Amino acid sequence: MSLAIDCNNLGKSFGNYVAVQGVSFQLPEGAIMGFVGPNGAGKTTTIRMLCGVLLPSEGSAKVLGFDVKAQSEEIKQRIGYMSQKFSLYEDLTVEENLNFYAGVYSLTGVMAQEQMTKVISRITLDSRLNQMVGSLSGGWKQRVALACALMHNPQLLVLDEPTAGVDPVSRRVFWDIIRQLSKEGMTILVSTHYMDEADSCDYLGFVFYGRLIAFGSPVQMKEKEGRANLDDLFIYYVEREAVEDPRNRQAVKRRQK
Amino acid sequence: MLRFNRTRFIAILKKEFIQIRRDKPSLMMAIAMPVILLLLFGYAVNTDVEHLPTVIWDQSQSVNSREMIEAFRNTNYLDPAYYVYGYDEVEEKLDSGRARVAIVIPPDFGKRLHGLEQGSLQVLVDGSDPTVARAAMSAVQLVGLDKSLSLQTERLLEQGISGTTGMPVNVETRVWYNPDMKSTVFNIPALIGLILQNVIAMLTAFSMVREKERGTMEQIVVTPIRSLELLLGKLVPFVIIGFVSLSLILTIGIYWFGVPPKGSILLLISLSTIFMFTILAIGLLISTVARTQLQAMQMTFLLILPSILLSGFVFPRETMPKLLQFLGALLPLTYFLEIVRGIFLKGIGIKYLWQDTLALSVFAVILVAIASKKFKKNLD
Repeated sequence: MSLAIDCNNLGKSFGNYVAVQGVSFQLPEGAIMGFVGPNGAGKTTTIRMLCGVLLPSEGSAKVLGFDVKAQSEEIKQRIGYMSQKFSLYEDLTVEENLNFYAGVYSLTGVMAQEQMTKVISRITLDSRLNQMVGSLSGGWKQRVALACALMHNPQLLVLDEPTAGVDPVSRRVFWDIIRQLSKEGMTILVSTHYMDEADSCDYLGFVFYGRLIAFGSPVQMKEKEGRANLDDLFIYYVEREAVEDPRNRQAVKRRQK
Repeated sequence: MLRFNRTRFIAILKKEFIQIRRDKPSLMMAIAMPVILLLLFGYAVNTDVEHLPTVIWDQSQSVNSREMIEAFRNTNYLDPAYYVYGYDEVEEKLDSGRARVAIVIPPDFGKRLHGLEQGSLQVLVDGSDPTVARAAMSAVQLVGLDKSLSLQTERLLEQGISGTTGMPVNVETRVWYNPDMKSTVFNIPALIGLILQNVIAMLTAFSMVREKERGTMEQIVVTPIRSLELLLGKLVPFVIIGFVSLSLILTIGIYWFGVPPKGSILLLISLSTIFMFTILAIGLLISTVARTQLQAMQMTFLLILPSILLSGFVFPRETMPKLLQFLGALLPLTYFLEIVRGIFLKGIGIKYLWQDTLALSVFAVILVAIASKKFKKNLD
C-alpha cells in the first residue's frame, strides 16, 4: 500500500520558539487519521506544514508522494482543506462560493458542472444554493466549507477541528460523509478535541508540547497503556508528559519534600 | 516561476465583482465620494475675494465722496452695505464681523478736492484673514490711484496744459492660463488627483484587509492560487473603479464647473493610469501592514492630510521651508498635480511634463515592486 503522508523528523521553529519538533509517522492511503492534543500543542502548525503552506525548519515530509518543501503547488492542487475558523465568503451565496472554488482548482466547463452536481448531492446542499452564506447556521456553514474543499475531488482531505462548536446532529451528518469519502478511497487527516470522533479513526496521533508522543490505531494505543477509553488515555498522557517536562520536574520534587 | 492560470484569475475576478456589487458602502465610496468631494472643494475652497461687506462713514456727503463710494462698489471687491454716522458704529460693525472693510471719509473731503488740494480718506481692513485683507487693500489702492489720475488730468486740462493726459508709463498686465483668476479652475483639476488617491487607496486596502480580517485569506493560501493571480484579480476591479471615478470627476468638472482641459484628454488619461498604479501600490502596502479595516482607514487618513497640505494642492510649494518641500517631493500626488494642472490650465504636452511623468513612473515602479514583494511575503 502506498503512503498518503510520510513525514520524517518534521520540525518548525519561530525564532527561538520551537513549535513542532521530531514529528515522524506514515499514513497509508485511504485511512482516516485523527490528530489529538491540547490547544497550542502544535497540531495546526503540523497540518500547515503538511499542506505546503508553512516551510518546515527541519526534517522532511512527503504528501501524496510530493515533497512539502519543493512541490507545494502539486500538493495544494490535490488536497482539500477546511479550517477550524470558518473561512468562506459570507457575502457570497452557497453557489457562488462553490463556483469560486471550482475556478480556484481550475475546473471548467463540463468538468466543473459534473463536480458541482456531485458535491451538491453528496452534501445535500440543493435547498440552500441561493442562500447567502452569512445567513446560514454554524452546522450548515461547515457543510458548505466541506463542499468547497471537495470541489476538486482531492486525494487527501485535511480538516482542522472541523466540528468545533457544531451541534451533535450536524456533527453526526458531517462524520457520516467523512466515513463515506474514506470508503471511496480518500485519505483524511482530521484534528479534533472530541474523543468519540478520535475513537472512530483508523489511526491516531497524539501531539503534546510540539512532539508526536504516540501514533497508532486507537485500540493499540489503549492496550499499550492499559486504559479503558480515550479520555483516560488523553489525561494519562497529559499528566505523564507534564511530569517529564524538565520545567515541571523541579516543581514535583520540591512538592515531594 | 511565473505560471499564470487564467481560470483561477477569472474566478477571483468574478468573486471580487460580486463582492463589490454587494458592498454598498464601498460602492458609495466609489461613486458618492468623488461627487461630494468635488462639490465641497469646488464651492467651499474658494479663495476668490469678492463682495466684501463694507461699512461707510461718509462725513463729507458731497458729490466727490459719493463718486468715490460708487468707484469702490464698481470694483466688485467691496460691497458698501452699511452707512453709519460715528466711529463707534464703524468699530461695532468690524468687531461683530458684519463688515470686513470700513471706509471713513472726512468732512472736508469734497471741499479739499474742489480747492485743488489733496483729499484723503481712511480705509480700515479686517486683517484676520490675510488673503482677504490683501485683496481688499490692493483693490482700494487701485481705486484711489485711478481716481487721482482722472482728477489730476481734469485739473491739468482746466489749467490749459494738454498733451500730457494719461500716464507716462503704462503697465499692461495680462493673466495667462486662468485669465479670470478663478480658484475653481485651479482646484478642480487638482481634485482629480486627490479624489483618485483617497478612493482607490482606501478601497484597495479595505478589500485586501477584509480577507485577512475574516479569515478567508487562510483558506486561500492552501489553494493553488498564486500571489500574482490574487494580486491582479484583486487590483483589476479597482483599476476599473478608478476609471469610473476619473470619468465622473472629468464630467462634473467640465460640464458643471465649466473647467475644460486645454490639453489632450488622452494624455491626461494615460498619465492618470500611471498615477493610479502608484495609488494601488500604496493601498496594497497599507493592507500588508494593517490588520483590521479600521487600521487601514486610519492609515489612509494619515496619508490624506500631508497630501492636501504638502503637494501644492492648496498652498504653493515654492514658498514652503526646504524640509516641507522635500517631504512634498516624496508624494506621488505632487507630481500628478503638476501634470493635471499643466494639461488642464496650460494645455501643455509631454514636452514640458516629461520630468513629472518620469518621477511618477519611478514612484510607480518602486511602489509596485515593494508592495508586491511585501504582499507575497505576507501570504507565506
